[in-house]
Amino acid sequence: MAYSDKVIDHYTNPRNVGTLDKSNASVGTGLVGAPECGDVMRLQIQVDENHMITDAKFKTFGCGSAIASSSLATEWLKGKSIDEAMKIDNMDIVEELALPPVKIHCSVLAEDAIKAAINDYRVKNGLEALEIAKSHH
Amino acid sequence: MNLPIYLDNNATTPMDPRVLEAMLPYFGAKFGNAASRNHAFGWAAEEAVDYAREQVAQLIGASEKEIIFTSGATESDNLAIKGVFEMYKDKGNHIITCVTEHKAILDACKHAEKLGAEVTYLPVKADGLVDLQQLEDAMTERTILVSIMYGNNEIGVIQPVKEIAAIAHKHGALFMTDATQAVGKIPVDVIADGIDLMAFTGHKMYGPKGIGALYVRRKNPRVKVTAQMDGGGHERGMRSGTLNVPGIVGLGKAAEICRLEMAEESLRLSALRDKLENSLLVLEESYRNGNLEHRLPHVANISFKYVEGEGLMMAMKDLAVSSGSACTSASLEPSYVLKSLGLSDDLAHSSIRYGLGRFTTEEEVDFAIAQSLKAVNHLRELSPLWEMFKEGVDLDSVEWAEH
Ligand SMILES: Cc1ncc(COP(=O)(O)O)c(C=O)c1O
Ligand code: FES
Repeated sequence: MAYSDKVIDHYTNPRNVGTLDKSNASVGTGLVGAPECGDVMRLQIQVDENHMITDAKFKTFGCGSAIASSSLATEWLKGKSIDEAMKIDNMDIVEELALPPVKIHCSVLAEDAIKAAINDYRVKNGLEALEIAKSHH
Repeated sequence: MNLPIYLDNNATTPMDPRVLEAMLPYFGAKFGNAASRNHAFGWAAEEAVDYAREQVAQLIGASEKEIIFTSGATESDNLAIKGVFEMYKDKGNHIITCVTEHKAILDACKHAEKLGAEVTYLPVKADGLVDLQQLEDAMTERTILVSIMYGNNEIGVIQPVKEIAAIAHKHGALFMTDATQAVGKIPVDVIADGIDLMAFTGHKMYGPKGIGALYVRRKNPRVKVTAQMDGGGHERGMRSGTLNVPGIVGLGKAAEICRLEMAEESLRLSALRDKLENSLLVLEESYRNGNLEHRLPHVANISFKYVEGEGLMMAMKDLAVSSGSACTSASLEPSYVLKSLGLSDDLAHSSIRYGLGRFTTEEEVDFAIAQSLKAVNHLRELSPLWEMFKEGVDLDSVEWAEH
């Protein structure tokens, strides 16, 4: 199966690889997936006092599409409020990266990671965690 | 050096140009049907088939009457399993095979089960070999067939074929082996090894695709299989269908070249394979899969922990290799062969198979080493698991989110 140019671009030049201090109250961390499933994604956001995302970082263990999905997610997150970020849908990622059907779960993982990171931030800062629609992969 | 570099010779091999040359006339002027007994076109084809049958038989120490041409190892496996079951089912209905077999064997066994066979799927030890005591214990009076592969396609381990044959024979059962990965690569001798049926294929030994053979022993004992393809009674009634003359000529030539060049070639390849392995094992947390002593000369299967196989293959874009990772399979399940060695799922996901071949050069291996090292290091930079490992986090203690 050939990869789309956008997947290859994100894969070869991943944006925002790295680690934020997860003990910091302004950082939200989402760690999703499991090694046994062959995919683990860690996505982190840095949020300012207005609940705007000022920085985002990721590290991913997974296939090229999973790496590209998380790289793209970090680009999209920066500059969004946490409420706007909550609306990012995995199908947007699928469309942007032209992922084939067998790779949809890689984008689902990215959506899950975004939501987990936001909830981590919310709980740390006294906001209630938002209900996350159960996604399947 | 041309890129990408082909290091997937367990999936298929490129055809040797000498094989192609031998085949060409049989696509052209020598187009006859080997079964046409009354004219020169038929005679020319028949002569070529006879010659090829001898070349093939010689490679494995058989007599030419014992070679049944088929469309490949999948068909040979099916003919052996289903054909033996059908032929001998009054004698017994028990078949023994093992969990790391190719799907062609496993699924043919599943089919036989539907027709009333009882099949034992032996596990393998952590090194990929079957436990002879477990085989002995599994034998019953109703066992008619033991089918264990010669060399494994994913990890390259060589099963103790002679010992397995002896156990099967002691209990009055036949011994079949899928030798697709072994024939042409290492010495295989049906007499010395005690083989009653053996499947192999052209395209894994620098011959063409779509042609293979089943060895069926004719003496001590005389083995018979019920045909699975009915028709004109070709191949002593065991496999009907007009013979694929160009393919057969190609298989014959491929067999001859392997017989003459195997000794030297396997030494060259095992030296290159060792170089590849030793250079990659320098990486922290990299592991070889499968028995290291009993194995094919040209295969290396290595797990690079904390990176995922498909992602890794994408980074090694100039190398054509394969992986046991789930992400590469349609089913999203990691390799059942690696899992049956008891490998944890994450190591199975992290495995890469390098398959060297006749046309692999040292320059290519050096390039493969450099690109692999770079790729693993690049992906570990991206890997949250690698970071956690480096920080001393016990990954087994982490509570992973659902799935
Ligand atoms: C061990 C083994 N058996 C059978 C086969 C099937 O061979 P063929 O492609 O000739 O049907 C293969 C190759 O994929 C193999 O490696
Ligand atoms: S992470 Fe497995 S297919 Fe993408």
